[in-house]
Amino acid sequence: MSAPQTLPAQARYTWGGDEFLFVEIAEEMSLPGNLRAMGIARALAAKSLDGVVDICPANASLLIRFDPDVVAPADLETTVRELETATQRQSSTVLSTRIIEVPVWYDDPYTREVGARFREGYHQDPSGNDLDYAARINDLDGAAEFIQRHHTNPWIVSMVGFVAGLPFLFQLVGRDKQLEVPKYLSPRTDTPKLTVGHGGCFACIYSVRGAGGYQMFGIAAAPIFDPAQKLADFADSMVFFRPGDVVKFTPVSEEEYRAIEAEVAAGTFRYRIVPVEFDTERAVADPEAYNATLLEVLRGK
Amino acid sequence: MASERAIEISQPGLATTVQDRGRIRYYDLGIPQGGALDQYSAELANALVGNRDGEALLECTYLGPVLRAHGSLEVAVTGAPVPVKVNGEERPQWTRLALADGDELSFGYIGGGSRYFLAFSGGIDVPAVLGSRSTYLLGALGGFRGRKLEPGDVVPIGAPANPPPGDTVAEEHRPVFGPQQQVRVMLGLYDHRLTERGLANLTEQEWTLTPVADRAGLRYDGPGVEWRERVQPFGAGSDPSNIVDAGYAVGSIQIPGGTQPIILHRDAVSGGGYAMVATVISADMDVVARAAPGTKTRFVPVDLDTALVARKDRAQRLAAAISSLG
Repeated sequence: MSAPQTLPAQARYTWGGDEFLFVEIAEEMSLPGNLRAMGIARALAAKSLDGVVDICPANASLLIRFDPDVVAPADLETTVRELETATQRQSSTVLSTRIIEVPVWYDDPYTREVGARFREGYHQDPSGNDLDYAARINDLDGAAEFIQRHHTNPWIVSMVGFVAGLPFLFQLVGRDKQLEVPKYLSPRTDTPKLTVGHGGCFACIYSVRGAGGYQMFGIAAAPIFDPAQKLADFADSMVFFRPGDVVKFTPVSEEEYRAIEAEVAAGTFRYRIVPVEFDTERAVADPEAYNATLLEVLRGK
Repeated sequence: MASERAIEISQPGLATTVQDRGRIRYYDLGIPQGGALDQYSAELANALVGNRDGEALLECTYLGPVLRAHGSLEVAVTGAPVPVKVNGEERPQWTRLALADGDELSFGYIGGGSRYFLAFSGGIDVPAVLGSRSTYLLGALGGFRGRKLEPGDVVPIGAPANPPPGDTVAEEHRPVFGPQQQVRVMLGLYDHRLTERGLANLTEQEWTLTPVADRAGLRYDGPGVEWRERVQPFGAGSDPSNIVDAGYAVGSIQIPGGTQPIILHRDAVSGGGYAMVATVISADMDVVARAAPGTKTRFVPVDLDTALVARKDRAQRLAAAISSLG
């Protein structure tokens, strides 16, 4: 297993037509690359530059939508390059964010049913289910060990997108501990809402029902996209997750899942959310030790 | 009831949705821009009935709706060529039509293209969500109750403004809906991952739009492309067309597995793990929106300066068409 590598000295700049500037920090996924993408995004947002329409930080890159009638593309590129340099020089590696507990019913009947419907022609191993397959190709003892590995260490929201409010999550462990699975051979046309999926090294939570190509391991108990903004956690935004959020999956039984479902229906459910200063240097240097302190913060110790 | 300005849907058609100029500034949350797929045609429909540009209208796909007017309304139908009928009598497209209370508006089979637009004086009066009345189907957001129109829906129409003196868009200002298209693209994003031959196939060969085409994306058939062989970066996935998941430029072209290019359009997902190799320039997004399955397409590479000139040219052509109505 290779250790995380240092980032390229300079990001790669390229155009997506006349309205998008794409900045690739690195070709491969790493926590430092992700944090640099977020850092440039934050610095650009803070500038409130006229003509910048959307700033979308992603796993190891950054997509900026602009109006070329308002800002000259070359001027925008110059500004972003300056911010990239400034972000590299920043000594502070502390991110003010929040740690959130997300209850998950692993190996649930909803994703199992859909998984069974999409085997032949869709899946690498039509005979089994996604969890058994993921355990096997990661050289683990079985589904139970995979599930254990999935929720023991926390994850960071490395990107929001695909569909409304869908978080991509990157586990805060060394590269040798990363869980990796391929995407389905061909995407499914159906995925239950709130499915906890996995593709490449990324987890995701499907915010809405629809197509999807990630392997399916469980179902989150509470919504993460609420267009009606009924729950208190959605008072500020119909989308719950933001890049940089730290997520701890917690396995729940069917009984606990049903209880949360009832709270959601009654409008009383609240996520457990604790503010945290995420120290990126410590997270990279010794992930497991640092994760222990993160989990203490979540538990209020 | 009958005096309220509204339209009642008798038959919804294949996929009739409320759209406007689109919902920008929420792309970082994964919420696509949406909006009328052919903005040029949509804006001219609005101009014909005296609406502000960007007012909400109906976008019809292939098979249009049958609807009944509540109150007296003015309507204009633009976009793909289609027979327009009021109470069964054929009426012209690209012109302003008066509907009396109880009149039925219906459509024949389209004669090219894929989408046409119905603007009513006063606009479709649904609430704006995140600054837009466009329907985001996956998120069940905006438009009429976040969904396609269904039989029995009564869709409110706003208070009318004064229409312009001219009531018809002259032929010279109407877009073309032909069986062949040239779509200008800017190479970039991950084009370096294609072989020379792959790139040549993309830009020098002819591609045919497949029936797999909707508001999210349009898939083309053709000679395929080749990806450069390499050791994939960590987290990207094993296929050479895979990347570490990134944001998708609207209009960008991805080619999963190297076989069929897909142009991502206004309702596309905002990011994912397929490498994009070129992007349709903003001026030609409407052109792509006018393609019907079977359309022969050439992707013509241009540089950024050319794209910016084309963008200005499109804006000027639209402004000239609107001002020709007086």
